[in-house]
Amino acid sequence: MSTTAIARRTAHPNSTGTRTSRIVRFVALGAWLIFTLFPLYWIAVTAFKPRSDIYKFPLEYWPSTFSIENFVGLFEKANFGVYLVNSIVVATVAAILVTLISLLSGYIIARFEFRGKGAIIMAFLVTQMIPAFIALGPLYQLMVDLGLVNQRTGLVIVYIAMCIPFSTIMLRGFFENVPDALEEAAMIDGCSRLTALFRVLVPVMAPGIIAAFIFNFVSCWNELFLSVTLMTSDANKTVPTALNGFITSYNIDWGSMSAAAVLTVLPTMVLFAFASKYIVQGLTSGAVKG
Amino acid sequence: MSVTSGTLERSAARPAAPAPPPGRRTRRAFTRRRALTIAAFLAPAAVFVAIFTYYPLLSGGVGAFRTWTVYNITNQPWVGFGNFETVLNDPLFYSTVGNTVLWVIGSLVPQFVIGFALALWLRPKFRFRGIYQALVFFPWAVSGFLIGILFRWMFNGEFGVVNDLLMKTGIIDTPLPWLADPALAMPAIILANVWYGVTFFAIMILAALQSVPDELYEAASLDGAGRVRAFWHVTVPYIRTTLALTVLLRTIWIFNFPDLIFGMTGGGPGGRTHIVTSYMIEITQQGDYGRASALGLIVFMVLAIFAVFYLLATRERKEALR
Repeated sequence: MSTTAIARRTAHPNSTGTRTSRIVRFVALGAWLIFTLFPLYWIAVTAFKPRSDIYKFPLEYWPSTFSIENFVGLFEKANFGVYLVNSIVVATVAAILVTLISLLSGYIIARFEFRGKGAIIMAFLVTQMIPAFIALGPLYQLMVDLGLVNQRTGLVIVYIAMCIPFSTIMLRGFFENVPDALEEAAMIDGCSRLTALFRVLVPVMAPGIIAAFIFNFVSCWNELFLSVTLMTSDANKTVPTALNGFITSYNIDWGSMSAAAVLTVLPTMVLFAFASKYIVQGLTSGAVKG
Repeated sequence: MSVTSGTLERSAARPAAPAPPPGRRTRRAFTRRRALTIAAFLAPAAVFVAIFTYYPLLSGGVGAFRTWTVYNITNQPWVGFGNFETVLNDPLFYSTVGNTVLWVIGSLVPQFVIGFALALWLRPKFRFRGIYQALVFFPWAVSGFLIGILFRWMFNGEFGVVNDLLMKTGIIDTPLPWLADPALAMPAIILANVWYGVTFFAIMILAALQSVPDELYEAASLDGAGRVRAFWHVTVPYIRTTLALTVLLRTIWIFNFPDLIFGMTGGGPGGRTHIVTSYMIEITQQGDYGRASALGLIVFMVLAIFAVFYLLATRERKEALR
């Protein structure tokens, strides 16, 4: 009996199966890939067409003339530079702080058993199911009372609160993959727990921590409802808020809109490409673990 | 480096006693220090979440029973169930409920089926699998609001690429006003959501598939089972709980995903593509916080039911793993 015969008879899903089923598989995977990438391709193509070609029949599936006038217009007509800076500053500061705070909380939840631990995990999980925008009005009023409306600081604070739960759950999963003998040894050598955490554990977990940072950054970078509510003056708008402002009731300038969309999506795609492996790990270990 | 202990320990430090007697006192000091460590490490996270997530949620719960608008923010008389009456007498509310059911089920089923198929097809190794996974992962990097924008442009009635493709292939003769007609707009936003959500299922199910022990398949082979039977009798029973959890979690997330609708139709035409959560945001933006809170409380009840199911399922799964 040849090995191929055995391979064909096996029940294991890793066996590649018959020739026909292989062809079906690759056709299906290819079709899904095209479907996935087409919307992104289309917005990019639109962004690089001159304005006159966007509204022209027959539609061009590849720009006959490449032009960057849409991008130039964004920075000249709209204050897109200001919005970009706001978004970068807010998302970066918030993501750094969230990652630091969640390192501490994730560490404790991974390493210690104590009364009330279940309740704390539950309180974090509940925020993942009850979204922040349910309480948009009360949150706005709270921020008015604190004098934090139209302030980058205010947006950073609400973003920190928004990202802490998932970030904690994700980092907890990474801590659980690191043996506790590491920090025990460091503490026997006279390090405090905090020093052991940052000197010994953080370097070991660096990839996971960077992934958590990226995930938090992208969440803040993409967030719309909180920023629309809290950042009403033009000088404080973030990129999603500005995009929302491009939508008027009957008329959208698709040249500017597509250029802005490309500039918004590109950084997040690059970052996700780096971190996707760890985000997947964090999801599959963290999100499904109670 | 420095041998001095950090701030956390210093607060609990005592003058060094020469060889402390073993027994209760040291243990108490130890547990106190441990409690302090736990409290200090958890404090920042707890404070942020309590003040900026839970406090607004609670004050929203109270505000649902008050007249509370942005135009008269200082005067908030109690109105009992007045806001709920307003919500329940609003004909648009019922169409949003119907839309929500359609949106959740219509998105969930194709996401699950396609995600499952993708996971099965991605299971065997092939040369560019890593790159492929990274590419189909891309929709995830796009915010819901922007996905709405992308599809809003593709479904544009006049210059949209969807109409162009359908006319080129001869499926339609005249352009369809996709987002101007509620009967066409709902399927369009659901398609956009399917485009986004399949990845999540694919990832979760693939991870679950890879956790099935090989021995089970070997045993199934020895018993003469083919791939199809092994799938139904080995794979599906083994990953059943993960499937249930993923579906529940995803249901909650889709319910809470008004961002896409916000970008694609803004709830239009005439509020006919709103789901409950996007409608709630619109009411908030109109400044009627009391009414929005009442709607929020209704949403909260529905979500709480799902959340309880989800948490029970996770608990059960933990018991099963033990």
